[in-house]
Amino acid sequence: MAKIKRYLEHNWQLWLMLLPAIIYIFVFCYVPMYGIQLAFRDYSFSAGFTGGKFVGMKYFMQYFHSNMFFTTLKNTFLISAASIIVGFPAPIILAMIINQIRHKKWKKILQTTVYIPYFISVVVLVSMLNVLLAQNGGVITQFLRAIHIVGQNTNVLGDARTFIPLYVLSGIWQSMGWNSIIFIAALSSVDTQLYDACRIDGANRFQTMIHIDFPAILPTIIILLIMNMGNILNVGFDKIYLMQNSLNLGASQVISTYVYSVGIKSSQFSFGSAVGLFNTVINFIFLIITNKIAKKTTGTGLM
Amino acid sequence: MQSKTKIIKANSNRFNRPKNTSDRIFATVVLIISIATFIIIAYPLWFVIIASISNSDLVNLGKVTFWPRDIRLYGYQQIAKDARIWSGYANTIFYVVAGTALNMVVTMPAAYALSRKTFKARNKVMLYFVFTMFFSGGLVPTYMTVNALGLISTRTIFIIFMALNTFNLIIARTFIENSIPDELYEAAVLDGCSHFYFFIKIVIPLSKAVISVLILYYGVYHWNDYFNALLFNSKSEFEPLQIVLRRILLLNEAFSSGTGVMGGYAQSSADQVKYAVIIVSTLPILCVYPFIQKYFEKGVMIGAVKG
Repeated sequence: MAKIKRYLEHNWQLWLMLLPAIIYIFVFCYVPMYGIQLAFRDYSFSAGFTGGKFVGMKYFMQYFHSNMFFTTLKNTFLISAASIIVGFPAPIILAMIINQIRHKKWKKILQTTVYIPYFISVVVLVSMLNVLLAQNGGVITQFLRAIHIVGQNTNVLGDARTFIPLYVLSGIWQSMGWNSIIFIAALSSVDTQLYDACRIDGANRFQTMIHIDFPAILPTIIILLIMNMGNILNVGFDKIYLMQNSLNLGASQVISTYVYSVGIKSSQFSFGSAVGLFNTVINFIFLIITNKIAKKTTGTGLM
Repeated sequence: MQSKTKIIKANSNRFNRPKNTSDRIFATVVLIISIATFIIIAYPLWFVIIASISNSDLVNLGKVTFWPRDIRLYGYQQIAKDARIWSGYANTIFYVVAGTALNMVVTMPAAYALSRKTFKARNKVMLYFVFTMFFSGGLVPTYMTVNALGLISTRTIFIIFMALNTFNLIIARTFIENSIPDELYEAAVLDGCSHFYFFIKIVIPLSKAVISVLILYYGVYHWNDYFNALLFNSKSEFEPLQIVLRRILLLNEAFSSGTGVMGGYAQSSADQVKYAVIIVSTLPILCVYPFIQKYFEKGVMIGAVKG
């Protein structure tokens, strides 16, 4: 008893400072987790949040057997994989290029510019895509047609084939600069003596970039890659939802947007919860696997 | 000191000077790639600006490419008349200010408590927070929770729904842990200083850098957020700017000011209104951007050393 009293005397202030955060997380994160049981129950309005009849895996089976299961899973995987394969190296290359620029002012201008798109809201970004890539008169569409990257009659915005490239490339446009900051910082801490030593050995600038810069940022690259891999099924709802239209739905319906449309819009609460839980569990498994692999191979992990 | 600077200068000169042909080619390639990147990033932004003040018929014909032509401000005039945009603006400013203030009040004290090495429970409490980064109840149970609390379609939900971001909490905790020495606290305790007093008088003034970063992160989040509004709100008078933007820009809803969208002239001008709306809604963030740039570079670095 005295022990508890002494503990509280020392720490009650710290607990009080934590209290708002603990309550917030409890109400908006842990209560919904408790509500996951909705996925195993029939939702009924009168019985309330978690009072419905227990039906086991019924809603999971309904999802696995529906024709949306394969479509949403495939789209989610494809979009994530494309984002990582194309989107992950872009900021690394950009950082290495920026690091090689010797002209101070130009370097500053370039850095300032490439960070800007990160602050543009996703609604505005998608609207910009809509006007710049419009089938009639979109300035980028006209340019792409002129250099024959897209066909004369292709509607870039409403085509299942162009959806993923559009999603990935616009994502790179928006966040490449921001994501490069961390690599630029890692590069700026490289010991300059290394360069001198390398030069004396007869290396040119390209070779110093490959043999000094790249190894210097490799640990950062690995950590970020793990974090990205752990999020493989976590494609952002926001942008995909806004980019969706009836013409590209075949490529753009992912798990998160499907959860929204069945779970919230058509009020199939139990079914929506089940699909959402499926997504969360897959993500969690992915995270644990990548973390394990990372710990074994590189000795660094998240937990 | 003098001689040291000289040596560094000499070194960097030796490093900078293109020595041979391959270095010259390399420098040229770097220049070309950097210019190409600059154009790819900057041109769409520039185009939106010039398109918002040019004759939209010329824009649609592809005649406006680099400089504005036949300048007219029709788009901006329409926006000025549109009550929805201004009510959205007012709502968003309210949500940004109130929401970010709440964010800081929740995040900073919690970060301080978690940064105390003498606080034995801190790893367990940290796990309580970090777990939610990797596992969540999902969309529908979250919606049902907010619904059960009676917070659907209220202003409150906009402010409290994202009261804490665990990643930002980690950034703040790491910063306090690394930049405020334990000796400082020990000395303060000897003078009879409590945690509260130490937090207010010492930690807050010394954490200006991380506070600016978090205000930036949270503020931009609230400014750009449309998902919560989409999910939790159905009252038009509470709509934040982003939802109004979505209506105008993506759902092509007619302007409140008129039936003009039907006519040919107005149809082509509708695009000009879109460009103008993009500018008007993004301008505030771009205006504060130069002042905060030095902070967010720092913020990414603090975040990078996360535990």
